[in-house]
Amino acid sequence: MALLQISEPGQSPDPHQRRIAVGIDLGTTHSLVASVRNGVAECLPDDDGRVILPSVVRFMPGQGRQIGFDAVQSAASDPVNTIASVKRFMGRGLQDIADRSKLPYEFIASEEGMLSIQTVQGPKSPVEVSAEILATLRYRAEDTFNDDLYGAVITVPAYFDDAQRQATKDAAQLAGLNVLRLINEPTAAAIAYGLDNASEGIYAVFDLGGGTFDISILRLTQGVFEVLSTGGDSALGGDDYDLALADAAMSRQPGLQAASAEDKTVLKAVARAAKEALTHADAVTLQATLSTGSLSVQISRADFEQATQALTARCITAVRKALRDAHLAKDDVQGVVMVGGSTRMPQIQQAVAEFFGQAPLNNLNPDEVVALGAAIQANQLAGNNAAGELLLLDVIPLSLGIETMGGLVERIIPRNQTIPTAMAQDFTTYQDGQTALALHVVQGERDLVQDCRSLARFELRGIPPMAAGAARIRVTFTVDADGLLNVGAKEQISGVEARIDVKPSYGLSDEQIATMLQESFTTAQADMKARALVEARVDADRMLLATRSALAADGELLSDVDRASIDAMMATLQAAIQIEQDAKALEDCTQALAKGTEAFAAERMNHSIQKALSGQNIQTL
Amino acid sequence: MISLQADDFELFGVPVQYAQDRAQLDVRWKTLQREAHPDRFAAEGAAAQRIAMQWSVRINEAYQRLKDPLKRAAYLCELQGAPVQADNNTAMPAAFLMQQMEWRENLEATDSAQGLEALADEVAAEQRRVQQTLAQLLDVAKDPVQAVGQVRALMFIERFTQEVNAKLDRLT
Repeated sequence: MALLQISEPGQSPDPHQRRIAVGIDLGTTHSLVASVRNGVAECLPDDDGRVILPSVVRFMPGQGRQIGFDAVQSAASDPVNTIASVKRFMGRGLQDIADRSKLPYEFIASEEGMLSIQTVQGPKSPVEVSAEILATLRYRAEDTFNDDLYGAVITVPAYFDDAQRQATKDAAQLAGLNVLRLINEPTAAAIAYGLDNASEGIYAVFDLGGGTFDISILRLTQGVFEVLSTGGDSALGGDDYDLALADAAMSRQPGLQAASAEDKTVLKAVARAAKEALTHADAVTLQATLSTGSLSVQISRADFEQATQALTARCITAVRKALRDAHLAKDDVQGVVMVGGSTRMPQIQQAVAEFFGQAPLNNLNPDEVVALGAAIQANQLAGNNAAGELLLLDVIPLSLGIETMGGLVERIIPRNQTIPTAMAQDFTTYQDGQTALALHVVQGERDLVQDCRSLARFELRGIPPMAAGAARIRVTFTVDADGLLNVGAKEQISGVEARIDVKPSYGLSDEQIATMLQESFTTAQADMKARALVEARVDADRMLLATRSALAADGELLSDVDRASIDAMMATLQAAIQIEQDAKALEDCTQALAKGTEAFAAERMNHSIQKALSGQNIQTL
Repeated sequence: MISLQADDFELFGVPVQYAQDRAQLDVRWKTLQREAHPDRFAAEGAAAQRIAMQWSVRINEAYQRLKDPLKRAAYLCELQGAPVQADNNTAMPAAFLMQQMEWRENLEATDSAQGLEALADEVAAEQRRVQQTLAQLLDVAKDPVQAVGQVRALMFIERFTQEVNAKLDRLT
């Protein structure tokens, strides 16, 4: 009789072991991490029971850092080194930050146009700052489950362009997270609501956060969330309401100025508190001691609404445009989902209710709803919910194109196209005998290159000399499910080819990421080594499990020779997991198996998709 | 068995014709994506992801073409041996060009939202008429060569509609 095996706690060999996956809302003002536990999505609290982590990082002299509430406390006394709302700087250059004179930071332009902030620990890029926040949430989740994370779904505003999405993914990688998917915040909110209410129809998701405003028009049918259109403003949020309120208060006391960085931070904090109080109170007194004197002004809710009227109007204009893009009228909208703490402001609730002619939905906590939805999606992507019927069909938020003669943009993928997608366009040479072609990839809705965002430049060389206009250069844009772009160019006659993963001008190269990973991210060197080895073991286990289940399902597709070679690689890897102490060596073993099974995986996938699609056709005929 | 090389109609399992039921296309699209979307294979490694992506891209491409009357008609003409060649062939009947010029003058002269809406309605009516003619030519008369002329007309109309909408956007 075979004996039953019992494994050590935490070392379960069960291939159907639950994978720990989290959803992370990396927000402008605060961030959250959530996970599905016992079938319910919930936000994970810190040791003090708080689910919210303020997205604030303070760099202290030496090596120290404060992240979250501790950093918020230091903001007034050390504003220059305490970085808040860093999300607004993700994937951005100096010239993109119009209001930087109102911010207390010392911005510097680093190479390739990307901005950094000068701190007591040297220049810090927005990616590095965001990685600190993400790593804090990662550790919180790992402590909660006392286990390593399988992966994370991270949310981004629907309006984020390629550079901003890439920056977010870079930050996650830097924080040691396996990104299962980037999803749009409004989509995540709809997922959170959709499961609770199981409704079908057209929904508008109105997301006014700290620093960004997004409006998405979604259609929910048969468990499919389909984004019909997205719009918004990547530089409009609660922070702007704070600033407008601060400006309104300061204008009442002429002569008073917020001269220093400390003044600006104090004023902002006072304005924010006043804004929150005005949600319930009719009037509030703003009081602050500034370097040029003390401020004491009473502001009524009506004053506040008037001071921010233009901001609220900008929201509604964007809503109108999103509806037009979706070819819908406001009567078609069945419900409006409110997301983001700023939607608590009465003037927002009122403006939305007036525009749509119906009261918005707000029964979930507007601060948590995005993280909850991301957790539900993460749980499914990790394969914990095999019966899950959820499918996200996202669209690309901004058009992608190529610069042509005269600085004009030729659009290759129009915005609101469902992704993943691939589109091609033929171009030709301008001069006789031209043998190279410079390609400039841009993103945006405007016709002139200078008004769009530059994503990447690359060259196609080695075109055989031909008369002008004779070459046929096919440029193909491929956008994956995360909304990230890959561009290829091929001369059709000679077959000359060039290809680039669009690492936007503002992004990080893989080498930069690797260097940064090795730098002082986690505490001690030994710590990092141990963590790297644990991570390598998790990866190796994951690879072995995937291969085993693939063999069990479709082993018959393999020839005996191929099967034997895969078995041998598995045995090698299995042994390496037990004995190998060097993370790099173990990773190489895992890579070898991954490479060795690539053809098998491809064969299997093609087989199963073809079978599934053919089956579908027969069923419906 | 379905392959990546199947044409759009075969992939979606719908009849090879101009007339299509939009609701059915939507349902088929979602059903197919549900089988092939890379998210379904998030836990299965890079090779699986790549293949799933190819299929998913192919399904989206077919869907974009099938659901749009103009793209669908052009595709059908091409499948049946009469490519539209919009870039090299812009010759249109004189009567059609006259109407285009009239519309354009009208657009220049109109500055009220109301007037523009009226123009948009007129253009939309013409668009529907051309689409009906296309259905007749492609599905009943089986004459793709004649249909190509109507596809080109539809392209002009679509571009003009965009210009009317752009002006409306500026006004409102």
